Amino acid sequence: MILVINICKEKLHYYEFVKPICDILEKNEIKYFVKYYKEVDKKDLDKCNKIVICGTSLFDNEFIKNIKKFSWIKDIEKPVLGICGGMQIIGLVFGGKIRKMSEIGFYSEYFDKNFLGLLGKCEVYHLHNNYVDFSKIKYFEVFCGKEFSQAIKHNEKNIYGVLFHPEVRQKGLIEEFCLS
Amino acid sequence: MKLGILFSGGKDSCYASYLAKQEGHEICCLISIVSENRDSYMFHTPFIEKVFLQAKEMRIPLIIVKTRGEKEHELVDLETAIKLAIKRYEIEGVVTGAIESVYQASRVQKICNKLKLECFNPLWQKNAEEHWKDLLKNKFKVILVSVAADGLDKNWVGKEIDNKNLEELIQLSKKYRFHLAFEGGEAETFVVNCPLFKNSLEGIFKPQKFSEEFLMFKKEVKV
Repeated sequence: MILVINICKEKLHYYEFVKPICDILEKNEIKYFVKYYKEVDKKDLDKCNKIVICGTSLFDNEFIKNIKKFSWIKDIEKPVLGICGGMQIIGLVFGGKIRKMSEIGFYSEYFDKNFLGLLGKCEVYHLHNNYVDFSKIKYFEVFCGKEFSQAIKHNEKNIYGVLFHPEVRQKGLIEEFCLS
Repeated sequence: MKLGILFSGGKDSCYASYLAKQEGHEICCLISIVSENRDSYMFHTPFIEKVFLQAKEMRIPLIIVKTRGEKEHELVDLETAIKLAIKRYEIEGVVTGAIESVYQASRVQKICNKLKLECFNPLWQKNAEEHWKDLLKNKFKVILVSVAADGLDKNWVGKEIDNKNLEELIQLSKKYRFHLAFEGGEAETFVVNCPLFKNSLEGIFKPQKFSEEFLMFKKEVKV
């Protein structure tokens, strides 16, 4: 059972940032439930096997003000995948800082090591104005993005983050995370 | 939130408008771009000149901006139109009917980012069959106004998509491998009635009754 966390302030953004991920899970017959980040409780975290934290729109930064709602990430032993805003949340929880950098559209990124099925040169879809520099956070390894951290994993836990949107390009990454 | 809709009159921008309203947003204006370039990747819509009829039935103001449709210059015209919507209607966000086109969606996202507007793409990555079924379930009456793909002959032009011929369309899309939502320009659609309209436009666009309109449909056929 996957817990899909919606961080969108506007309900209309659910269709753009959460539903495409739910569609991938449904296509793969993976059971899931969606919760708004402010409503996630211990029961939800106990019920699921894995967690996906979805992204949100370019100007929706409300989750940053409510970062305490994600303090459970530090202690959880279950696999977590943070997408875009979700990756920034992971970075903030582990002491990182938000930095400004806009990327919109298709970009070619290079993955030094296999990252949830991605290796070498891969096309990804970016939609962000911010990022967190994980190279300065000691618990994480950066798999892609020497200048700007694009794909990261916790050294000891199965906590993953991607700055790009795999629900648009590289859907297999979500499948790999959920099925492996 | 006060929103402007990038509106072509087709099924996607109409359904995106419907979802925006369903979620409680105020649709302040429709924004339509009339392109002189029939091969524009951004704005090719054969029935764009008829959107004023839809706007009238939706009781929503319409901003129309013409563009020569030259690559990237048409984005300047789009930005002009959106700026006009900000000035006239104080919109805080823009809604598009983009489903899969990163080319279109990312360009609109960049303009909105520059103008500090929220950008909503409520059909983004949506499964085409699910989209058609949602349209029919929510009583959208959609006609095809042009076709440009193997498997779609001129008999489809002017036809309203219903549950029966949707199945045929699905089979054809599988056989001839065209995108069922026509994301590649395989066909163009026009909405003649939906829950946002006060009155139906079905009578006006009935091909058998209005032969002149039907000829216009036929002119758009590219097979």
